[in-house]
Amino acid sequence: MKILSHLDKLEAEAIYIIREVAAECEKPVMLYSIGKDSSVMLHLAMKAFYPEKPPFPFMHIDTTWKFREMTEFRDRKAKELGINMIVHTNEEGLQAGINPFDHGASYTDIMKTQALKQGLNQYGFTAAFGGGRRDEEKSRAKERIFSFRNAEHAWDPKNQRPEMWKLYNTQIQKGESIRVFPLSNWTENDIWQYILRENIDIVSLYYADVRPVVYRDGNIIMVDDDRMRLLPGEEVQMKKVRFRTLGCYPLTGGVESDADTLEAIVEETLGAVNSERTSRVIDHEATASMERRKREGYF
Amino acid sequence: MKELLKFITCGSVDDGKSTLIGHMLYDSKLLFADQERALELESKVGSTDGSLDYSLLLDGLMAEREQGITIDVAYRYFTTSKRSFIVADTPGHEEYTRNMAVGASFADAAVILLDATKGVLIQTRRHTRICSLMGIRDFVFIVNKMDLADYREDGFLAIKQELEEFIRDFPYNSMTVIPVSATIGDNITAPSQKMKWYQGPALLSYLEELELNSENEEEDFVLPIQRVSRPNHTFRGFQGQVEAGSIRLEDRITVYPSGEQASVSRLLAAGEEVEEVVKGQPVTVCLDREIDCSRGCVMVKKNRPEVGNMFQVTMLWMDDIPLLEGKEYICKLGTKKIPARIVKIEYKIDVNTGAKVTAEQVKKNEIVSCSILTTEKIVFHKFTDNEALGGLILIDRITNMTSACGVIEYALKHFDNLTWQDSDITKEIREKRMGQKAAALWFTGLSGSGKSTLANALEMKLSAMGRHTMLLDGDNIRMGLNRDLKFSDEDRTENIRRIAEVTKLMNDAGLIVLTSFISPFAQDRDLARSIIGDDFLEIYISTPLEECERRDVKGLYKKARAGEIPVFTGISSPYEAPEKPDIQIDTSQYTVEEAVDLLIKKMQEHGIG
Repeated sequence: MKILSHLDKLEAEAIYIIREVAAECEKPVMLYSIGKDSSVMLHLAMKAFYPEKPPFPFMHIDTTWKFREMTEFRDRKAKELGINMIVHTNEEGLQAGINPFDHGASYTDIMKTQALKQGLNQYGFTAAFGGGRRDEEKSRAKERIFSFRNAEHAWDPKNQRPEMWKLYNTQIQKGESIRVFPLSNWTENDIWQYILRENIDIVSLYYADVRPVVYRDGNIIMVDDDRMRLLPGEEVQMKKVRFRTLGCYPLTGGVESDADTLEAIVEETLGAVNSERTSRVIDHEATASMERRKREGYF
Repeated sequence: MKELLKFITCGSVDDGKSTLIGHMLYDSKLLFADQERALELESKVGSTDGSLDYSLLLDGLMAEREQGITIDVAYRYFTTSKRSFIVADTPGHEEYTRNMAVGASFADAAVILLDATKGVLIQTRRHTRICSLMGIRDFVFIVNKMDLADYREDGFLAIKQELEEFIRDFPYNSMTVIPVSATIGDNITAPSQKMKWYQGPALLSYLEELELNSENEEEDFVLPIQRVSRPNHTFRGFQGQVEAGSIRLEDRITVYPSGEQASVSRLLAAGEEVEEVVKGQPVTVCLDREIDCSRGCVMVKKNRPEVGNMFQVTMLWMDDIPLLEGKEYICKLGTKKIPARIVKIEYKIDVNTGAKVTAEQVKKNEIVSCSILTTEKIVFHKFTDNEALGGLILIDRITNMTSACGVIEYALKHFDNLTWQDSDITKEIREKRMGQKAAALWFTGLSGSGKSTLANALEMKLSAMGRHTMLLDGDNIRMGLNRDLKFSDEDRTENIRRIAEVTKLMNDAGLIVLTSFISPFAQDRDLARSIIGDDFLEIYISTPLEECERRDVKGLYKKARAGEIPVFTGISSPYEAPEKPDIQIDTSQYTVEEAVDLLIKKMQEHGIG
């Protein structure tokens, strides 16, 4: 009999989880961040229901500071696949001129965390898929696949529901919701191997290319549009760089690289010496910053 | 193509689990450089001599780092040249046993740690027992802290012998004992130089070489249906994960519980057209004819699974609220969710000795054997035959907590020589004939609040409207059915349980039942609701204590104040007011007629009457 490989097993687990939510949860949504993990999750959702389209909408929380290549990719993918893509922005934050240069941590809170809560509340979603993986960070390593949130969207790490075998408990009270992480048990390596195997379309930013960048506090930041503020002494240089994770461009560090094919990216990742979150500037603030943000409702 | 091994690390607190795994990752150069840097930094803060504290790698939650303990299971991922691994590192404290069980249900093999200076502890036995219950059949025991036991062979051999005797109580494929020092690094990734007397494998080699269960080709096909995909009129596909065996195009299948048959006309595996699907694959199956098949049904090729509504299970209780006989829960088994009731608690299992202990109540972290009755027939297997159709969880209907996980030991046809008899005349038929919807109107409130007066007036009104009713009143029941009960907390709970059972029977007979009992405890009213089911209205008569005492119809308050009644609700015993009653009435604000009209109106809003 056919023996399933490590990747086959991870794929099967994720599809089982996605179908379980579609079958049991009242109003699910799949959060879509345009990154590689989201691309894998979207691919899995398409496979899980084929030839039917995924029976739930997708939602992107747009801070308006994403790389331009990302938003173009998002709109093209949604059209190609014929899926319902909701784009939500915190309009109040936008009106107030909240930006990553002046507002630091409160920018993330207002334009991401608050925007996400707004979006979920506005449509009354009871379950939201996220692309989080347990190998990303220590507090995520302890989160359940079906992660329960109270009416304020907060996570209580000390009182998680036991999760036994594949018997996921989706019961909630009115106002409460569940975050679901179908990629919990995938590693960064698995993600890349799977993208390679399935030939999944990902944003061009993952491939090395000559791009306008500045060097800042040990990070390489791309100058994606004229809203970028340069510090005294900083000079825009053209460098061949690529990105291992994607977010808002002023907060996302790239790496110098020649990897401009999928094979080369996987090769580079296999030999990586720095785990991927170091390229997110926000995470250096404090060791436990991720857990703190998540307790407050960050994905 | 690499194989995947999922294993759990467990054992008593301070036996060094996190240190062991941290050290294994570190030694194997499996850490990313920046995590290693973070470890060195944090370690300098935490220790006096600057040596590495490997456990910091795994204890990720803030609360854990502050307390220096592991409260929840952490998952770690690593790969060697031979295998991919997922480690579930679990907490050692007894209080967090349920989190340890989460890890055990996930794992293929168990790594159980002991302290060489302490030997086999209750926690060692408890964790082994839970691993076995969750289906683990490969065990490796790590006798840790050998450095503190002078690396002596005799002490190790004594512990090994005790473990070998203990493990005989359980079904297992393999069992290994390894002497280790997690802090120093002996026998973790390489053989120890200080224990040349030990000839066996180091832990990492053991994990790399452990033989994984080979798939049984003879197994019959089993597909629990997760979802029916019906995007348009031309396509109807049954989705799920194959839990055993395989199936090909044109194979003949049977769906249970209906027993209907059809042939496979189209197969999709993870969205791709295929001719055959096997165990573990996510599939969509199309059939050549329309049959009765929905979520919770099970598709098989040859062997008939168990179809029934009663079975014996061994469970781990995981809820702070104790398990009570007679209470109804939501049971999830495979892809089926269904109301189920604990019919009888047979016995508890002593985690240390394995002895069977009689019990009426079961508390958190206890293992219990009990019989469960589901409200309709479902498809299941013995856990040892098929884990996917033999494992279940129970969900509390009020709090939504995952209260228990358990495994089916065997199907029950008879229960204490009693068989649950389905009658052909159902509750629905009886209701139809009576032209009404059966329901329980549960009046709760202080003595003298007006429960009985109001319940009586409402019954008269309902009767005049042509409804068939029955009124159960506190004192009347106490004088008859419950004559043997006193007023202890335990007896009060039993009082309510019996009343709820009687109410349920009368509901099944089609009657609208009005009950008038103080029922002061929220937990007891929840119990009543769980026994009676959905057609339950909690009516809170919220007349203030002062008013009740002023009325003192039966002269009881006066006696209670004088100390002549030792336990009296509102005076010497608490009344827990309902947080979200379906209806609330303060009788000091309304006349009886007004209150009755209000009740009728509220009942109609709830579709009852």
